[in-house]
Amino acid sequence: MQKVIETLLIGLTTGSIYALMSLALVLVWRSTRVINFAQAGQAMFATYIGFEISSRSGIFWLGLLFAIVGGALLGAGVDYFFMRVLFKHANTGPAAVVAPVIATLGLLGLIRSVVGLTWGGEFKTIEAPASTDGYTIGSTTIPFSALNALIIITVSIILIGLALLFQRTNLGLALRASAYAPEIAKLAGIRTAQTRTIGWAIAGGVGGVAGMLVTSNNFLSPYSLDLLLVFGFIAAVIGGLESMVGAVIGALVLGIGLTFILNYVGTSLVFIGGFTVLILVLLIKPDGIMAKGKGRRA
Amino acid sequence: MSGLAVTRLNVSHGAIHALHDITFSVEPGQLAAVIGSNGAGKTTLLRTLSGLKDASSGAAQWENREMLGVKPEDLVRRGISHVSEGKSVIPELTVKENLVLGGIWRGDKADTAQAIEEVVELFPRLGERMSQSADTLSGGERQMLAIGRALVSRPKLLLLDEPSLGLAPLVIEQIFQTVDHLRHKLGLTVVLVEQNAMSALEIADIGIIINLGHVVATGKAKELIDDPALRAAYLGY
Repeated sequence: MQKVIETLLIGLTTGSIYALMSLALVLVWRSTRVINFAQAGQAMFATYIGFEISSRSGIFWLGLLFAIVGGALLGAGVDYFFMRVLFKHANTGPAAVVAPVIATLGLLGLIRSVVGLTWGGEFKTIEAPASTDGYTIGSTTIPFSALNALIIITVSIILIGLALLFQRTNLGLALRASAYAPEIAKLAGIRTAQTRTIGWAIAGGVGGVAGMLVTSNNFLSPYSLDLLLVFGFIAAVIGGLESMVGAVIGALVLGIGLTFILNYVGTSLVFIGGFTVLILVLLIKPDGIMAKGKGRRA
Repeated sequence: MSGLAVTRLNVSHGAIHALHDITFSVEPGQLAAVIGSNGAGKTTLLRTLSGLKDASSGAAQWENREMLGVKPEDLVRRGISHVSEGKSVIPELTVKENLVLGGIWRGDKADTAQAIEEVVELFPRLGERMSQSADTLSGGERQMLAIGRALVSRPKLLLLDEPSLGLAPLVIEQIFQTVDHLRHKLGLTVVLVEQNAMSALEIADIGIIINLGHVVATGKAKELIDDPALRAAYLGY
């Protein structure tokens, strides 16, 4: 029983970080209809900024703040200088479908090279803001640490903040309206292009947090966030790609599920487990677990 | 002439020339009914006027300023609101959110709340459904919501695309009465696109009859109704 609870708690931690990456992907997908593979690169770049600030200042949270701001600026920049131009030039036929995806892959490679040139390829570490030693209850020490708790709390705060932003503010309403029905949003006076860039900025900031939190318990390298992208993407698909709530639920389900596989079956099956879930969802419920009876609106 | 003036407007869908040299004008405070059968180019006309579609040539001015080539969101800021075809509401949002959406650009929350109150006065049924998702509304209620959202933007020129489409006769009657009431109360200039020729012309000052992308007749609404040749050829009764 104790092992089950431990696994749940660790799974929750893992899942909560996946949730941030999954949300970032969903935010961009909803507004732009692009799976942004560069999200991992953007998050990685933001995390390197966070790494610089936190290692110089010794304050993790200052690094996190800079990672958020850096990630947001980069996200906005990618949309403004890159996607907008791309959509203007490749707006019809097969190119319009393929070009954005290929472009985000290219961008991922580009960011990776820039980061590699700037910081080198070797592993960096960010000092964790809390103890990574597991809590001791009575005479037993569990794997769940103060850092795990802090990660869950940080993600919760960010999720609550995002929920308030999207549900309670005019900016949030404009973001949702532009994603659901850009034409009607325009007719209502919303500057949808600007709104979209803001959406990319939010996604970039959220990705930056995900990168910092993962790295607080791990190494940072130009490739270290690739797994996060893969699992964030699987979580987003589980959630149906359209729904932010679905993205979070999908991520928690995936995080907990994979941790169970890890603890009960073995490391070797984690990957297979993740992709099996992805394929099963696509085969059985391609609109995701949150989909209602009717099909997805294009 | 400070109302709406459309001059030799041409619009194409790729190789198809959808509108040919469309010319007409609407004085401030007038209601113009644009009548024509399915595929005549009525919707294309409104989409071009509201900035959703590019024209290939011609001019369209509102209050003596060019409208063509201006983005829809900027035209809204110049007092032009377009209620697009097919009950243009966002089903994923609540009724209230759909209404608030029309006021965001003005950045005046108090006035948006005031405008929403006025809409609810006009359409009490929306008031009862404020927190429901727009998905749950009937066709007539959706049309009311779409018009209501446009009103929250406090427009001077209202472009209405087939508000009667797919609605029951009684509801159509109500929508037309409301449009008539609104434009007198608010001094709105209205371009109303309709297949439902008789109902539209009854509340209109002027009528513009379009067939296959050409204006085939313009004139006072009453005269168009009374012209037997037009009735037989285009109005279908």
